[in-house]
Amino acid sequence: MQVLSKINKQSSFFASLISVIMGLLVGGVMMILAGYNPIQAYIALFQSAFLQPFDIGETIRSITPLILTGLAVGLAFRTGLFNIGVEGQFIIGQLAAVIVAIKLDLPPVLHAIVAVIAGALGGALWAFLPGYLKAKRGVHEVITTIMMNFIALYLSNLAVTEWLTEGADKTKNVPESASLHWSFLSQMFDGSSVHFGIFIAIVAAIFMYYLLWKTTTGYQLRAVGFNPHASEYAGMNVSRNIVLSMMISGIFAGLAGASELLGTSGYQSIQASYTGIGFDGIAVSLLGGNTPFGIVLSASLFGILTYGGSNMEFVAGVPREVIRVVFAAIIFFVAANIVRWASQRRKKKKVKESNEKAVKSGD
Amino acid sequence: MIESLTDILATTVLYMTPLLLAAMGGLFSERSGVVNIGLEGLMTIGAFTAVVTTLETHNPWLGLVTAMLAGMLFSIPHAIASITFKADQVVSGVALNFLALGVAVYLVKSLYKGSGQTPDVQDVLQAMPIPGLENIPVIGPALFRAFPTTYLALIIVFIGYVVLYRTPFGMRLRAVGEHPQAAETMGVNVYRMRYTGVLISGALAGLGGASLSIAIGSQFSESTIAGQGFIALATLIFGKWHPFGVLGASTFFGFAVALALKGQLIGLTTYVPSEALNMLPYILTILALAGFVGRAEAPAAIGKTYETGGR
Repeated sequence: MQVLSKINKQSSFFASLISVIMGLLVGGVMMILAGYNPIQAYIALFQSAFLQPFDIGETIRSITPLILTGLAVGLAFRTGLFNIGVEGQFIIGQLAAVIVAIKLDLPPVLHAIVAVIAGALGGALWAFLPGYLKAKRGVHEVITTIMMNFIALYLSNLAVTEWLTEGADKTKNVPESASLHWSFLSQMFDGSSVHFGIFIAIVAAIFMYYLLWKTTTGYQLRAVGFNPHASEYAGMNVSRNIVLSMMISGIFAGLAGASELLGTSGYQSIQASYTGIGFDGIAVSLLGGNTPFGIVLSASLFGILTYGGSNMEFVAGVPREVIRVVFAAIIFFVAANIVRWASQRRKKKKVKESNEKAVKSGD
Repeated sequence: MIESLTDILATTVLYMTPLLLAAMGGLFSERSGVVNIGLEGLMTIGAFTAVVTTLETHNPWLGLVTAMLAGMLFSIPHAIASITFKADQVVSGVALNFLALGVAVYLVKSLYKGSGQTPDVQDVLQAMPIPGLENIPVIGPALFRAFPTTYLALIIVFIGYVVLYRTPFGMRLRAVGEHPQAAETMGVNVYRMRYTGVLISGALAGLGGASLSIAIGSQFSESTIAGQGFIALATLIFGKWHPFGVLGASTFFGFAVALALKGQLIGLTTYVPSEALNMLPYILTILALAGFVGRAEAPAAIGKTYETGGR
């Protein structure tokens, strides 16, 4: 826990920027090693993310879930919790949303609202157990959430094949009334698949800011993250705050799942492995310094890289997986906090030198 | 009925192997105090390297060796970040998983003209029957006609036990994971011990990945490992961070996989869907952690960064 509170303090905009640049350089070296031209590839990447209104719409669409999963990871980080289970809460969010969307018959708009709320509650429910076990039995949330991810994956597959369909590998499409597709928005971007989810994501970011920095509850959540013992001593209920933090984190993750399902895919299918959007949230949150504004910025960067990366594969022939290597390098650099390490090393060296001087001159 | 029993037993042994190898790797890392969420990535790199080496040299044994070396190589970033730079160990492990899967699939696409999977390996490891023992009814064909990697894994469990509990090196490694300050006071180099632990985990997880790609399977794609590294992590916990516990846990989890795959042979899937059987290892791990199935105690200093002279 003490280690995690360090995560909240360490990242400045400058350090993040250096980490991003170094990450892109690592990606560039990878390209050179495999015989590609990195400059051409990066130009293709950034151009294809912005060139046409359609592409801008698609870029926004891929930013949307990253903001929400980034907020989910970031909020838990603030309370000193590492929610690796965002992936699983995302899947349960999808599942809850699709069940409401295809099983209930409600008027338009209301149907979508109920489905989104169901997704959020599904995520919260899935995050409750790891939070409870952490608070009451001291079980480390990293391990329980990893296990909950797998259970979510198999539960969703089970639901799709056994309960929602008769042995099919995907559910039917969600009805118009529950869809987050908004043709006005879509037409603004040349018929791209950008959907209402982006507004949910931005409202969620504002909510996180307000909650953490403008309410007593938020103050307590952050205090527990800084120092659980001191918080307990000050009369805060640490257990309650841990469970609450996990559940709000789960709400963000569930919203991400609901928004992806109701806005982008339109159905739930059986999955052999994870989408990875939940794990990407970890990278997003770390780079964004676990602040809502930082998370929106870093989600934008990761969204651009993800969408641009897939086009880069078509245009410049560079496999898009190089972008995952860039993500990995960025996380390593942010986590190891190379900028602070370098400056500390310089300081230590200076102190050492001045000590040596003092010894020589006989002070 | 006897035949299906043998079949299920053989499948158990088959799927136990990669878990056992990777979890033994994780054991060395976590016993030295470094959490290794990156087992998944290390297995991925091992699986990839083994396939490419075997395709090029037609020698699967060389594939196993290079997989171990590649696993070690890829564990270095995790060691540097989490030990030297004192990054959060879980974060660094997550980054390692990104890195390994990214590099492996990127290289597959670069080497095999954009295809997401490697060609099939013709010279995969062959099962190695043990004369005499293989003829025992039921358990003979299941246990003694296994892949060499299975025998290797079992040998590693015993060597691991001896090294950890009967040698000065093992005692120091465990001391560093329990109370690094005390260990350092006694003259143990905490950093070197932790580096060693992480590198061993890389080698063994790499070997575990290879056992999936050139013994059980015969090619590499993005979905070759598909969560096995995380199950290995669960194995380590369920096995209470002890070599024989890990052996038991991996057998049990292998059995769960075997039931999910072969459950229809004994009519099990008519009552329980195989997806539900797939969940079993994870549910049990949570119960074990929560103290309902015996308490799992982690090494005391696990996950904590260490600074010389710190308190």
